[in-house]
Amino acid sequence: MTTRRLLLSRSAALIGATSTGLLLPAITHAQSGKIRVGLMLPYTGTFAQLGVAIENGFRLAVDEQGGKLGGREIEYFKVDDESEPSKGIENANKLVQRDKVDVLVGTVHSGVQMGIHKVARDSGVLSLIPNAGVHIATRAQCAPNVFRTSFSNSQPTRALGAAMVAKGHKKAVWITWKYAAGDEAFEGFKESYTAAGGTIVKELGLPFPNVEFQALLTEIAALKPDAVACFFAGGGAAKFIKDYAAAGLKGKIPLYGSGFLTEGVLDAAGPAADGIFTTLHYGDAIETPRNKAFRLAYAKTFKLQPDVYAVQGYDTGLLLVQGANAVKGDLGNKAALYKAMESATIDSPRGKWTMSKSHNPVQDMYLRVVENKENKVIGIAAKALADSGAGCKMT
Amino acid sequence: MDFPTFLIQLLNSVQYGLLLFMLAAGLTLIFGIMGVVNLAHGSFYMLGAYLAYALSTLFGSLTLAIIAGVALSVAFGLLLERLLFRHFYQRDHLDQVLLTFGLIYVFEEMRSILWGDDVHGVKIPDLLGGSIPLTDNLSYPVYRLFMSGVCIALALGLYLLISKTRLGMKIRAGAFNRDMAEALGINIKLIHAVVFALGVGLAAVAGIIAAPISSVYPNMGSQVLIMCFVVVVIGGIGSVRGALVAALLVGVVDTFGKVLLPQVAGMLVYMLMAAVLLWKPEGLFKQ
Repeated sequence: MTTRRLLLSRSAALIGATSTGLLLPAITHAQSGKIRVGLMLPYTGTFAQLGVAIENGFRLAVDEQGGKLGGREIEYFKVDDESEPSKGIENANKLVQRDKVDVLVGTVHSGVQMGIHKVARDSGVLSLIPNAGVHIATRAQCAPNVFRTSFSNSQPTRALGAAMVAKGHKKAVWITWKYAAGDEAFEGFKESYTAAGGTIVKELGLPFPNVEFQALLTEIAALKPDAVACFFAGGGAAKFIKDYAAAGLKGKIPLYGSGFLTEGVLDAAGPAADGIFTTLHYGDAIETPRNKAFRLAYAKTFKLQPDVYAVQGYDTGLLLVQGANAVKGDLGNKAALYKAMESATIDSPRGKWTMSKSHNPVQDMYLRVVENKENKVIGIAAKALADSGAGCKMT
Repeated sequence: MDFPTFLIQLLNSVQYGLLLFMLAAGLTLIFGIMGVVNLAHGSFYMLGAYLAYALSTLFGSLTLAIIAGVALSVAFGLLLERLLFRHFYQRDHLDQVLLTFGLIYVFEEMRSILWGDDVHGVKIPDLLGGSIPLTDNLSYPVYRLFMSGVCIALALGLYLLISKTRLGMKIRAGAFNRDMAEALGINIKLIHAVVFALGVGLAAVAGIIAAPISSVYPNMGSQVLIMCFVVVVIGGIGSVRGALVAALLVGVVDTFGKVLLPQVAGMLVYMLMAAVLLWKPEGLFKQ
């Protein structure tokens, strides 16, 4: 195991090192011909559906502009990142070095994102993050050529605190997986909840992706808090919701969470999910003409219902379209391109949002409640919420 | 922590400990009797869990899935023993480790080809789907009690098999002195095959009955394998009784650790192992 790891990390480091020196010629060639767009997304594994939704959204946004960026045709290059962090740098380099892409769109998994981020910072290639919320990408290691169109991991939970206190829940227990995304989500919850006057009675956690919640649920029942706040996603989220109900806590201690708790799992969780409150930057049921038009177009094109990931992919497309139009397709004109993208206002299905100084969305967070297998939007929990961008110095 | 909560957490600990025992018992038996270090033991747990998923989807019933799953995995165990493990009993431990480590990758890849890399849930049968109210705001899922019941029944069966039956006597004789047992006319090859299949069967049963509450996901075997080795080492390698005591001990430390010392919960079990090894270098129950 150790030797295999060592071998992998060494070869990855080697590839990373060669990339820094060899990449400069790749960027200058972008003047003529087609714009080369690299999609590095998970097409297999647990996150496969997310990757497909992001690509669909991205293509829809570009196709609505006639399939061109600033008047130039597009050529797509795709790499399946398998949500495998150890191959992050290698896969990013496939697109940047081998395919010489002008822009790299990716990815979902925060660990893989760190590989892309390293390649993006070393090579200077334009990097658009359509999902991964890892803080450092738009904080201490922010970069002029890196833009995020989704959220930072603490953004959804940062809207949670005030909403819970407003409902009279002054004492809460926090529970999550103990890994980077869980810890970063906790940061948002802790700051907003204590600022609103709430007290976190206890912080519970278990290793990712462990789903043996029983002991922790027993502890929650014994602590009798006013409410529980959590961060879980995917299959683990469905399991947590069901176990919470099976332990008899549903209906007695209200459950709150980052919106990912109830995205894509409501069919699996069934009635156990009813009454869960979450905050997120999107909700399927947002009642605006913009959202309805988007949902209709997406459903017609792909014969699928869009979700938050599709919206993020769509917005990535919108952002790139705005930037490319501003420089008339000359992506080599970086100063003007980045300036246009920094000052862009994205007319998204989630509502209009802008780019923060550290290149993360400044956006509204919606308060949603689960009713009959749907995330019903009941209001805006926080307007124009920005990530702190702590430690970001653009150079 | 008040007294009722303490009791409920103790129940959680015992339930987790019993499940660990099912796995560790097979591992320690195979080592104690054949002298094989089986790193692929966790894969049999994963196999059981995925069989539970596949078969319960196919039959629509967990009971049928348990019966068919056990039969399939025991058959698979016998086949593996005949084709591979039999040739490694007399070999160096390093060879065995290489073989079984390689098997982990083979099984993971097979799993990926057969069932994909997604996380799946297994439905709890309606009969066992309810919960029993314990305190004013906490209920206990019936399925967890059922699980513990199955584990206790199997542990008891295992004890009776080894200490009270003729087959058990032969197994113990073979473990004690292989050559002498053979000289007395015991078919040691058959005994080995039976023990190996028994170990695989126990791991698979653990995987099957744990599937509805743990869900099934890639690499689930490797995670549980480490905990299994901890149990075997604490209990004393080769000792089934030691495995039982150690599994319950690990269950208690892990459960109460998660709740009382959440910051270091991941470490506590390993600290327990280190402490036991300092005190008794060969584990609690040396063979």
